[in-house]
Amino acid sequence: MGKVRKGVEVSIAMADAVAQADVDVIAAYPITPQTHIVEHLADIVANGELDAEFVPVDSEHSAMSVCCGSAAVGARTFTSTSSQGLALMSEIFFISAAMRLPIVMALANRSLSSPLSIWNDHGDVMMVRDAGWIHVFVENGQESYDNVFCAFRMAEDPNVMLPVAVNLDGFILTHMIEPVEYEDDELIRQYLPEFKMKHALHPDKPVSMGCFGMPEIYTETQMHREDGVTNSYPHILKAWEEWGKLTGRYYHPIETYRADDAEYCIVTMGSYGETAMEVVDALREEGEKVGVVKIRLWRPFPFDEFRRAVLGKKSLIVIDRALSFGGPGGPVALELRSALYKKEGAPTIVNYIAGLAGRDVSRKDFRHIILEGKEKAASGDTEGFTLYGLRG
Amino acid sequence: MDRFSVFSARLVDKSENFTSGHRACQGCAEALAVRLVMKALGRDTIVAMSTGCMEIISSPLPLTSWKVPWIHNAFENSAAVISGCESGMKAMMRKGKLPAKKINFVGMGGDGATADIGMGALSGALERGHDMIYVCYDNEAYMNTGIQRSSSTPFGASTTTSPAGKASMGQHTRKKNMAQIAVAHNIPYVATACSSFPFDLMEKVKRASETPGAAYVHILSVCPTGWRIQPHDAIKYGRLAVDACVFPLYEVVNGKYSLTYRPQRIIPVKEYLGGQGRFRHLTEKQVEQIQAFVDTDYQKIVKLSDEV
Ligand SMILES: Cc1ncc(C[n+]2csc(CCOP(=O)(O)OP(=O)(O)O)c2C)c(N)n1
Ligand code: SF4
Ligand SMILES: [Mg+2]
Repeated sequence: MGKVRKGVEVSIAMADAVAQADVDVIAAYPITPQTHIVEHLADIVANGELDAEFVPVDSEHSAMSVCCGSAAVGARTFTSTSSQGLALMSEIFFISAAMRLPIVMALANRSLSSPLSIWNDHGDVMMVRDAGWIHVFVENGQESYDNVFCAFRMAEDPNVMLPVAVNLDGFILTHMIEPVEYEDDELIRQYLPEFKMKHALHPDKPVSMGCFGMPEIYTETQMHREDGVTNSYPHILKAWEEWGKLTGRYYHPIETYRADDAEYCIVTMGSYGETAMEVVDALREEGEKVGVVKIRLWRPFPFDEFRRAVLGKKSLIVIDRALSFGGPGGPVALELRSALYKKEGAPTIVNYIAGLAGRDVSRKDFRHIILEGKEKAASGDTEGFTLYGLRG
Repeated sequence: MDRFSVFSARLVDKSENFTSGHRACQGCAEALAVRLVMKALGRDTIVAMSTGCMEIISSPLPLTSWKVPWIHNAFENSAAVISGCESGMKAMMRKGKLPAKKINFVGMGGDGATADIGMGALSGALERGHDMIYVCYDNEAYMNTGIQRSSSTPFGASTTTSPAGKASMGQHTRKKNMAQIAVAHNIPYVATACSSFPFDLMEKVKRASETPGAAYVHILSVCPTGWRIQPHDAIKYGRLAVDACVFPLYEVVNGKYSLTYRPQRIIPVKEYLGGQGRFRHLTEKQVEQIQAFVDTDYQKIVKLSDEV
């Protein structure tokens, strides 16, 4: 494929990226809203445009198990899921990270049952927050396409060797038609050379993987995992930096918009960033000193970059897309509150949980959240959270 | 093809791919089965193993009993994991990323891993037709967690979750027939084996490895601890199970059944059940009922096997 700009559904663009990445194995199981990604990959393989094994598994549990086997022999491996699929595969999702298998997943974020809902929020990804995967969030089609390559580059870096999830909002992104700039195959090959795994399963050099650990060794294995995720950070930056150099599109763990001189900022993760920017533009016209802080890298969490971006501001209005029942607030606000605890110049945090199961959060709603949040912050009303738009 | 059963024991490869020093109980015929399977397969093999006795006894970090590449991932997914290994290698070899080589892809699990929790993953892998072998080590209960019943526990056996008591005869359901479930997937090779018949076992595993596509081997693996017998009687009870036709040895090649062993003298089931602590509580009437089940089941296999 040559460099070309096209109007395309984001799921299709992602599948095209997976094909350009020359994956060897795709494990596929249907669940809305990720299904278009694997359907399109099935077409690509069926048409002979990608030489890969397309494995239509019996469940998401098996999907992640197939991915583990395939990545363990050193094959470039992709899968995709959402919601209940992620919940079903969660056992193996954790194991894949512990085994340092560089799988890439498109996680089309969707709410969890019950009640059953196919629509978007971040309930699914928050469930596996502590699994040891790298989590990247994207906010438009181009970012979705680009980050497939970046994800493989990160995952397969010998200094990283971890699975990577590219989180994209279900429907809001997966089913949108957007202009996306496709890169040339040659550029992709340059950026993402053939994967050569050091300790792959092979009869010529036998290794045992997945041994069991007694108490005298388990703690050390967990410290290795912690180091593995934390130490991946500079290599993640490098993967984005080099993509930027080749394409002109740069990505950062924390991205800001009109935040430098802002007194307060709205904090988002995923596709809400674009709406937030538009609303901030409008509010700036009215003289509000407001900006946007976007979290692109959720794990490993970019503590320093985040603090650098927000210390000195008056307050942050954090939008969460998931609940922690019986807990102190949404998972993102929780994280940020603890990141800022006892830091000099720390802004206060007002937490809104909004857009559960795809309930529309319009520009008007954003405007309302920002202005009301600002007032709450001013009056010291910063405990807990507000479930935005709750009826009755 | 190596015909182990017509060779003498001295001719079997002396090297071990599943080595001694592991932590299995004394007299564990499941560990023996693993050893025999690995002898038949040779070094060009990748093994994916389910959680269970054999995984725990062979892989206490940082030690391993495995001379071949080996992966343990979870309890219920060794069939899916090995299908992933096979898919990955197949794609990479086809694309020239790896030199071509004939490798045995082997998934392994206990009866719990196979007949219960991993049934879906196994069925999926068999149905997709990966070039793989799945070996079930059937010791007729969840032994690793302390002798709980599985769907492969035989009628009448007392386990820790199907205990015999004043109001119960122990396991009151019939043993699930995994080999025939495997046959129902229309795969080219299915066999039953027992580590008390080592040459027959190795020959079947070898045949499975030489069959393109998916193969399934179901191995009765006597567990002295769970069956409550003396460790030195493990081999004897395997022979009794086969000679009583409780566990017939047969192959199904492309759907065609054939018994690979017909006992010269079929012994009464009573002789097999007697002496096993797990059946100690059975009444004569219950033993008769088991005998009737065994007779009908065995006749079915004989009939299938004699069909031309
Ligand atoms: C999802 C899950 N459920 C339960 C367990 C606990 N567990 C580990 S091994 C085992 C029993 C294994 O039984 P079987 O497959 O028959 O193998 P055996 O130990 O008898 O050889 C169980 C229940 C587990 N590890 N994972
Ligand atoms: S419990 Fe049974 S199967 Fe497990 S190691 Fe001991 S004898 Fe072998
Ligand atoms: Mg068992």
